[in-house]
Amino acid sequence: MNRVSAIFAFWYDFIVGDDWRVAVGVIVGLVATYGVSTTAVPAWWVLPAAVVLLLPLSLWRVARGRAKADRPG
Amino acid sequence: MSGGALFLAVFLACVVEAVEALTIVLAAGTGRDWRSAITGVVSGLVVLAVVVAVLGPALTLIPLGILRLVVGGLLLIFGLQWLRKAIMRASGLKALHDEDAIFATELAAAQAAPAGRRGVVADWYSFTLSFKGVVLEGLEVAFIAVTFGANQQNIPLAAVAALAAVLVVAAAGIAVRAPLARVPENTLKFIVGIMLTSFGIFWGAEGAGAVWPGADAALLVVIPAVALFALALVALLRRLAAQPTAATVNPQAAS
Repeated sequence: MNRVSAIFAFWYDFIVGDDWRVAVGVIVGLVATYGVSTTAVPAWWVLPAAVVLLLPLSLWRVARGRAKADRPG
Repeated sequence: MSGGALFLAVFLACVVEAVEALTIVLAAGTGRDWRSAITGVVSGLVVLAVVVAVLGPALTLIPLGILRLVVGGLLLIFGLQWLRKAIMRASGLKALHDEDAIFATELAAAQAAPAGRRGVVADWYSFTLSFKGVVLEGLEVAFIAVTFGANQQNIPLAAVAALAAVLVVAAAGIAVRAPLARVPENTLKFIVGIMLTSFGIFWGAEGAGAVWPGADAALLVVIPAVALFALALVALLRRLAAQPTAATVNPQAAS
């Protein structure tokens, strides 16, 4: 069981990395792209928009964590 | 996408990972036993070759639309990880990758570990250290090479790019006999992150049913746009880091 969980942990870390919200956001972006593509509206902009939201949010979480760690007391 | 961009993306990603693997192998060989370390390298390369040989043809059997959706999504998740870490390094939120420091740490650990023989391998520690280094660093490259190659229906070109990068780094490592600390690794990681993210956006959207204005030519806009956005985030984070915190300006406010 330990080996199974180690293999799972390796692949999780390899694919998802240390911020699972980014992976979830990309999947939501792909589903939204598909949804929009079934309408008359162009769908190419959905994933770029997702990246514009996801990347700063993920970085902001790291920066906020660092700021909290640096705060005295 | 032209074959040139495919070659460049795979080559740069492979150079970065090969430099990291070389540092580990050098530590294993210098600190312990070269023969066992090289056996580990060869075994690791065989495992990676099998992964590419099995996965590559298997991926080409998947319909292109589904392949682009799955691979685009994975590349985008993967690319955003690379890009996020590269932005953090460039803006000072994360320590820069330092091959000399990593080599010193690995060398000290290798020299302290107990000796032990297993089968035909004279020093098991050197063998496993090199093997793990090559497989773990190489797995990302194998994934990038196979997915890029399958999407462009040109796995041989991706394999040649990966092999060329390994040969260049190995030749440089043999010539220098030290970690390749002067390779601009952090910059290369930034570029690879931009390329993985851009191609992930492009293929993922196409696979999900979107039609890009200008078809493949849209990449000529997507790649610079992702690069500019990443550079803007670096500049913004640097500015935020340079601003004094409330505690620094007014120590009483923090107490």
